[in-house]
Amino acid sequence: MSETPEPVENVTPEPGQRSKLASVSEVLTLYAICLFVALALAALLVEFASDKGSWSSVYTVILDGAVRKPGRWGLTLGIAAPILLVGLGTIVSGRAGLVNIGQEGQLVIGAGCATYVGVRIGGPGPLALALTLLCAVIGGALWAGIAGALRFWRNVPEVLTTLLMGTVAANLVGWGLRNRFLLLAPPEGRANRNQVSLPLRTDRRIPRVELFGNEFPLSIVLALVLAFVVWLVLGRTVVGFRLRMLGRNARTAQRSGVDQKRYGIGAMLVSGGFAGLAGGVMLAGGDFGDYQLVANFGAGIGFAGLLAALVARQRALLLIFIAFLFAGLRTGSGFLRATGVSARIADVVQGTLVLAMLLPPAILYLRARRRAIAATSSRT
Amino acid sequence: MGNFFSALADIFTNESLYRNAMIVAVVLMFAASGELVAEKAGTINISLEAMMLGGAYAAAVGQARGGVWGGLLLAALAGLLVAAVQANMSHRLSADQFVVGLVLNVLVLGIVGFLVGSNEPESHVVDRLKVPVLSEIPLIGPALFDQPWVLYLVYPVVPAIWFLLYRTRWGLEVRAIGEDPNASDVSGLSVNKLRRQTIYLTGVLAGIAGGYFLYARSGRFEDSLIGGRGYIAIAAVIFGGWTLKGSVAGCVAFGLVGSFVLTIPSLGYKAIDPAFLAMAPNVVTVVAMTMFAKRVRQPAALARPFIRGLK
Repeated sequence: MSETPEPVENVTPEPGQRSKLASVSEVLTLYAICLFVALALAALLVEFASDKGSWSSVYTVILDGAVRKPGRWGLTLGIAAPILLVGLGTIVSGRAGLVNIGQEGQLVIGAGCATYVGVRIGGPGPLALALTLLCAVIGGALWAGIAGALRFWRNVPEVLTTLLMGTVAANLVGWGLRNRFLLLAPPEGRANRNQVSLPLRTDRRIPRVELFGNEFPLSIVLALVLAFVVWLVLGRTVVGFRLRMLGRNARTAQRSGVDQKRYGIGAMLVSGGFAGLAGGVMLAGGDFGDYQLVANFGAGIGFAGLLAALVARQRALLLIFIAFLFAGLRTGSGFLRATGVSARIADVVQGTLVLAMLLPPAILYLRARRRAIAATSSRT
Repeated sequence: MGNFFSALADIFTNESLYRNAMIVAVVLMFAASGELVAEKAGTINISLEAMMLGGAYAAAVGQARGGVWGGLLLAALAGLLVAAVQANMSHRLSADQFVVGLVLNVLVLGIVGFLVGSNEPESHVVDRLKVPVLSEIPLIGPALFDQPWVLYLVYPVVPAIWFLLYRTRWGLEVRAIGEDPNASDVSGLSVNKLRRQTIYLTGVLAGIAGGYFLYARSGRFEDSLIGGRGYIAIAAVIFGGWTLKGSVAGCVAFGLVGSFVLTIPSLGYKAIDPAFLAMAPNVVTVVAMTMFAKRVRQPAALARPFIRGLK
């Protein structure tokens, strides 16, 4: 016991110590177990907490509603687009070490700005559409930018400000929807619904394509392209590297010349911009509210995107898959009403899935560290 | 102008303004006093909201079987259950505490919504208990001493938290790990174990907060009952500069703002759009944090996970 133990800092797990196959199978088993437990827990809830429906019928119905019934996977694609966009923004801010959890509000502000501009400006359709989406981006970016500025200017935790401003955003847009000079449609246009905006004109909607009897907006293509852009920028450019450095170790980043304020607030702006774009795409894409702004427009898409990004653990390409999964859960749960099981089960499944996906990386990290420490102490 | 001032006087002399303010302030106090302990140890416990919501639902279920005390006990257990997940995932497995907390909020909301949709528990408001003499104090007397009796439970809780945090060895250790976990670790404290304990404590208090709010406010459980008050409680701790006195003051301030929002329309002043009243507590909270967050020093290791050997 007399020998001094080596300092454990700077110890990283050494690859190659264990065979590649063993570690891959370890990872896969761990994920499989966690997934199984998550789904089993949700199934138990269905079996024991409600007297209607069984877990097998619930999963069949969700699968039917998400992909199998005619026309459903097109809808799933249309819903995946905004979820993916929100998630991409979350990845950018997450890489910089910032926790933006107010996407729902940024999305609604984006949709509000898009509506305000979209129903007013003239000009050729495609240009007007581009301007509308641009306004959505700016609106969302500025809304998130407030939280970013407060974080770096006054040291206010961005976790709380983004969240609290979410409610503010919803109320603000709700107020706009009650006032003619902002968003509300003139009385003759809205029959007996009292809180809707004018619909976007047909030439400034995102075009929809039809494929094998499924119809979906082209916004999914835009979202996919942006996913590749985000992956490229974060993984392959200097800017991406600096953001990552800021997120991993702010002090090191500062010392090597990364302006914390500039990059931090920038990441927040981009994050909010993506959420705003998601709102614009929801408005102009047609799967939400028929091309017009309605009350409670966000519909939880912002939260779904945030959760998707958490599951994807800041990897843009993995996020694509997760976004489709979450969109499928949404469209699938729409069919649940017929079975008598509350559609809220989809939220439960989503939540347990996310929680389960957090476990394996944490466990693996701890194990790797423990092995590394054991390796260094046995060497002395 | 005179009209405006008479309206203000009208609002401020209204007893129900203070009564409602106190009801909301107390739910924040229960939650914030627990949250303060967790933050002193270095955790920002976003899942406070989930703990409160779970507690409120458990209290609704428990009241039918075991009365109010049974309900509160079940509420504390529900809060503890959420806390167990949060504590072990963030301070044993070192997953990101914000991520875990946020997911728990979504998950508990989903579970509770699902359960309520399947079969709604029967619960009801508890009776008011009038404390003689003290409740005769003008304006604030009824607010403090003529309330549903569960509210009085907060009066011993706040001093108890103070004693625990500033007069016991455990409290000293908690404050130490929030300031310098590495030094505490070297001197033999188990940082993550202590942090887990503070989260358990927060869970119990937040669960009771949810149960109390159900019994004192509406009596009928809805999944919007807590409605973001967990976040406001966290903000109250920041507003209070991580002191118990300040946190309690923050709770009262936010309670007053929230009550204002209810009182203004009920007295017949309709000039302000309800949207602005609804967002007022949040705006005030953000502004307050902007003003106070930099002036006071937060626990140095706040929101930093502790892994031995990593700085």
